[in-house]
Amino acid sequence: MRLKDIVEQLHLTVVAGKEGLEKEVSDGYTSDLLSDVMGNAESGMIWITLQTHKNVMAIASLKDLAAVLLVKGLQPEPAMAEQAEEEGIAILSTELSAFEISGKLYQILH
Amino acid sequence: MQFEFEVTGGDFANAGTASSQVKKILKQLNVSVSDIKRIVVALYEAEVNIVAHAYSGVVTVEIETTQVRIILKDSGPGIPDIDLAMQQGYSTASPEVREMGFGAGMGLPNIKRNMDVLNISSEVGIGTTVEMIAFLNVA
Ligand SMILES: Nc1ncnc2c1ncn2[C@@H]1O[C@H](COP(=O)(O)OP(=O)(O)OP(=O)(O)O)[C@@H](O)[C@H]1O
Ligand SMILES: [Mg+2]
Repeated sequence: MRLKDIVEQLHLTVVAGKEGLEKEVSDGYTSDLLSDVMGNAESGMIWITLQTHKNVMAIASLKDLAAVLLVKGLQPEPAMAEQAEEEGIAILSTELSAFEISGKLYQILH
Repeated sequence: MQFEFEVTGGDFANAGTASSQVKKILKQLNVSVSDIKRIVVALYEAEVNIVAHAYSGVVTVEIETTQVRIILKDSGPGIPDIDLAMQQGYSTASPEVREMGFGAGMGLPNIKRNMDVLNISSEVGIGTTVEMIAFLNVA
């Protein structure tokens, strides 16, 4: 499923990296531990997290993730948003908790 | 082909720079996607370990047609018990580093799982050297 269709269906806010909205999404991964994502996420996934610093984008880029989705209305630090623009990887935001948004994303992808 | 990168302890803003450069180089050399993926995971973890746990380090990447060998040599506190450090969940990361989501104690196990050879030697109070090799899947 295309990222921009998911953004629409789940009413997500695009915070940065709009260029990345055309990407194809394979699945999702919910974690706040960076080495867990590094070791276990797969390319094309949306990463659901509450981490808002620049290292998140470094991992998203190295792992070819489709996007980063911040929960509970969290906003990225400026350096994180900047890198999202550079990498062309979208940062999305939702007011929902990680549990709630993971459930909704699971439903539309599975 | 050989490349060198410097890594600075505590510099989280630039953590992953060497990994990102090496990923680009391996892509240009047409290394298979599956090999690039596992090398990048291992290199990132080892690079971030210097940032999180040591003072400074040098990453040397040797690329041959059949293998990629990476050596990360740092000046730092060293690792007193390497077997313990290799255990999933073991971490001495500071509370600040943990708050960023590092410090799960999964980095070294990730390296072990993704590389074909992993050798760690360390001297307490001097530093740590990590050598890792991936044998490439050449068609
Ligand atoms: N280069 C290093 N210098 C000194 N100590 C190290 C180094 N690399 C690893 N260690 C020690 O080994 C422990 C385990 O490392 P590992 O990478 O598995 O986990 P971590 O770095 O603590 O957390 P994570 O990698 O999950 O973010 C570290 O907490 C640290 O005590
Ligand atoms: Mg680590």
